[in-house]
Amino acid sequence: MTAADFARVREEFPLLRRTQRGRPLVYLDSAATAQKPRSVIDAVSDFYANHYASIHRGVYELSETATGLYEGAREKVRAFLGAREAREIVFVRNATEAINLVAWSFGRQALGPGDEVLLTAMEHHANIVPWQMLCEEKGARLRVAPIHDSGEIDLEAFEALLGERTRIAAITHVSNVLGTINPVQELVALAHERGVPVLVDGAQAAPRIPVDVGALGCDFYAVSGHKLYGPSGIGALYARADRLAAMPPFLGGGSMIESVSFEKTTYAGIPTRFEAGSPNAEGAIGLGAALDWLDALGMENVARHEAELLAQGTALLGEIPEVRIFGRAAAKTGVLSFSVDGVHPHDVGSVLDDEGIAIRAGHHCAQPLMERYGVPAMARASLGVYNDGADLERLTHAVRKAVAIFK
Amino acid sequence: MSDLRELYQTTILDHNRQPRNFRVPERANRAAAGHNPLCGDRVSIHVELEDGVVKDVGFQGAGCAISTASASLMTQAVKGKPVAEVQKLFDAFHQLVTSDPRREPDAEGVGKLAVFAGVREYPVRVKCATLAWHTLRSALAGGHETVRTE
Repeated sequence: MTAADFARVREEFPLLRRTQRGRPLVYLDSAATAQKPRSVIDAVSDFYANHYASIHRGVYELSETATGLYEGAREKVRAFLGAREAREIVFVRNATEAINLVAWSFGRQALGPGDEVLLTAMEHHANIVPWQMLCEEKGARLRVAPIHDSGEIDLEAFEALLGERTRIAAITHVSNVLGTINPVQELVALAHERGVPVLVDGAQAAPRIPVDVGALGCDFYAVSGHKLYGPSGIGALYARADRLAAMPPFLGGGSMIESVSFEKTTYAGIPTRFEAGSPNAEGAIGLGAALDWLDALGMENVARHEAELLAQGTALLGEIPEVRIFGRAAAKTGVLSFSVDGVHPHDVGSVLDDEGIAIRAGHHCAQPLMERYGVPAMARASLGVYNDGADLERLTHAVRKAVAIFK
Repeated sequence: MSDLRELYQTTILDHNRQPRNFRVPERANRAAAGHNPLCGDRVSIHVELEDGVVKDVGFQGAGCAISTASASLMTQAVKGKPVAEVQKLFDAFHQLVTSDPRREPDAEGVGKLAVFAGVREYPVRVKCATLAWHTLRSALAGGHETVRTE
């Protein structure tokens, strides 16, 4: 695929035709959430208009069709992530819920007083707080593998922190702030040598680089649909079948049972045991459409497109003396976090907003990482499949304008 | 005038560059801290309160241009005022920055603080403009807890 092909990709996103503050929108906040292609919007709307019914309950044709679409979406997630079996995929609300599910169902069994959970310094709050809550409950503690200034994980320190008491390692595949692609395969191998299972937060990686959970070897992998160009409110947890089968339910309710009496309930098998209540079927189906769409594009192409734009954006912003870019990992996705000397990130955000450019300014749900770099906040421009060189030129122009205003 | 020029008026840029009363008054007897978790802005307000009058006031902290300039201009505006008048000024200021941007701003009684009328166009920035004020109010009430904007 060439840049010209990606120009056609952009046209598939109806929202990108709109303006912001009277100017054509430049959307550079895809690490927060991605815009939706027409095919995803159509899939959700088609489900509502033509196939909507209760999932896994109806004895009639319509419900069977709806159930087929829902389970078909599970199969698409399986294929997209490279899992062996569809029953290894649990639909959840988002990556946050996936991690909470693992912390609750797996972590509560695995952890006792004095045990440890190993994280990295670049985790999103979603991969910190659930573990912290669990540690508080169990009298366990968090250990944090440090990172180098480049934004790369300190592999030796990570290995050294894998100790006798480590019960799980929870690491992000790609940092939402630094863009760093962690050497997950290597980290998993180190952990597994010591019998430590690994959860990977794939919220940022899955929309940006090819993912194969089999090759990574991880025990758990969490993704969010809305970052994958799919609907919000849907996500998926991959868990190795043997792990999942040994875990108690997360939420209780309808669907997740085998039989219920007031004396005793027995639970359904996997993954149903983890999907209590009526599911977000339209979300799952929309996510399936998004994955079809990404497959057609080819994740290798998506990754290459982003890498090219990242190089261009890094060079353009790098020409501005007042700009400092955070995250210089050799393996990096299309995330440009930066600060501008003399201009607070919020003010950068407002100047860019006025130019029609949407970026994120703040702590990016990674306060410990802000502390690591000694800043209260950062500005972050993050790329999606629809961005192009012109977007980066407008970004650079607007950052220069911010510098000039505050000079 | 563009919205942006309206937001970043010369006075605001000036107070951001050179904040006034950026200090802890020697005889401060009231203080409070404010935090905007959304953007990490932190401010602390220190007041010397005597017979119900703000005799001296200063601030410390780091934040965006709007929050820094707001704290700076606030200290100038409330110095020498009785607490009741400070409250009235806060009410008028709050009204100004949260009013409907399609209408003419009602800047009556806010004096120099009228430069913040442009914030109305940027609702997410209202918290930046009011952080110092909420913190001042907490300091005057003798509060010791950190004020949060959310």
